[in-house]
Amino acid sequence: MSDHLILRIVGKFLIPYIMLFALYVQFHGDFGPGGGFQAGVIFASAFVIHTLLFGLESTLRIAPPAVLKVIAASGVLLYAGVGVVSLFAGGNFLDYDYLAADPIAGQHIGIMLVEFGVGLTVTSVMMLLFFTFAGRGEPA
Amino acid sequence: MMLEQWIDVFLLGFLAVISITVLRIRDVFTAVMLFGIYSLTSASLFMVLDAADVAFTEAAVGAGISTILMLATLSLTGRKEKSLVKRKVAILPLLVVTVTGATLVYGIRDLPPFGAADNPVHVHVAPRYIHQSAEEIDVPNLVTGVLASYRGFDTLGEVVVIFTAGVGVLLLIGRRRRREKNTNE
Repeated sequence: MSDHLILRIVGKFLIPYIMLFALYVQFHGDFGPGGGFQAGVIFASAFVIHTLLFGLESTLRIAPPAVLKVIAASGVLLYAGVGVVSLFAGGNFLDYDYLAADPIAGQHIGIMLVEFGVGLTVTSVMMLLFFTFAGRGEPA
Repeated sequence: MMLEQWIDVFLLGFLAVISITVLRIRDVFTAVMLFGIYSLTSASLFMVLDAADVAFTEAAVGAGISTILMLATLSLTGRKEKSLVKRKVAILPLLVVTVTGATLVYGIRDLPPFGAADNPVHVHVAPRYIHQSAEEIDVPNLVTGVLASYRGFDTLGEVVVIFTAGVGVLLLIGRRRRREKNTNE
């Protein structure tokens, strides 16, 4: 697609705004529609556009699959880790009340961290899936 | 109120038309694009039902990334469906489908009326979420409170499912690139 001038310029222009919107959806999920799942997919779609514009090779250089695999696992670990921390703080698994002195503050911290974990995993898994499928099509 | 019902009828009819078209079409590329339109129409339907979070997810995941992944798959498999060999009417499957469908339609009679306040779904845990989440969680978006806190364990399961899906795809078809990457390092 790199020979389509208009698509390339408009696409390049859109990528940062898509990422910004994904971050908004991620961290504004407490107040409006959204959360880690939607934000992760939107953030990954920015990299999909990058792949369409600049080719798989250059996207893999800025988002190496080895790093993505670590991020995917760390998202799940962050989520489960919040549960373990609340377990050791005296509550049940994933009972955010015990994460801070004030239960409400604990809930806010817990939801924020958990949604961030969801976002990390969804983003990196979606990117990995797309890269894997796109990489199969290219001649070895 | 009347207008909203007409929008419902229009969107549901549109969904039915798209489904039948997907069934009849032999060009897989067109079918994938129709699936995207189907998701977007479902998202509009969820929006009419005031389920903004669900509509958002449907639009982003169903119409967005799923379509991209299916197109990426199509680039590997080719866009034409293999023609079916036999096209005669199969009596037994038709009978099974008709009887099952008739049973389901008959079962609709026992369902509580749509949207009634005393439906089981509205008197189980929903009142607690609605009345007490302001004191217990204090997050303006009720959906986030339910998803991340009340049902936190469910959501952990969902994240594990996504992670497992990624691991599965990488193990099945991601092997070639991993070998390449190891040689690069």
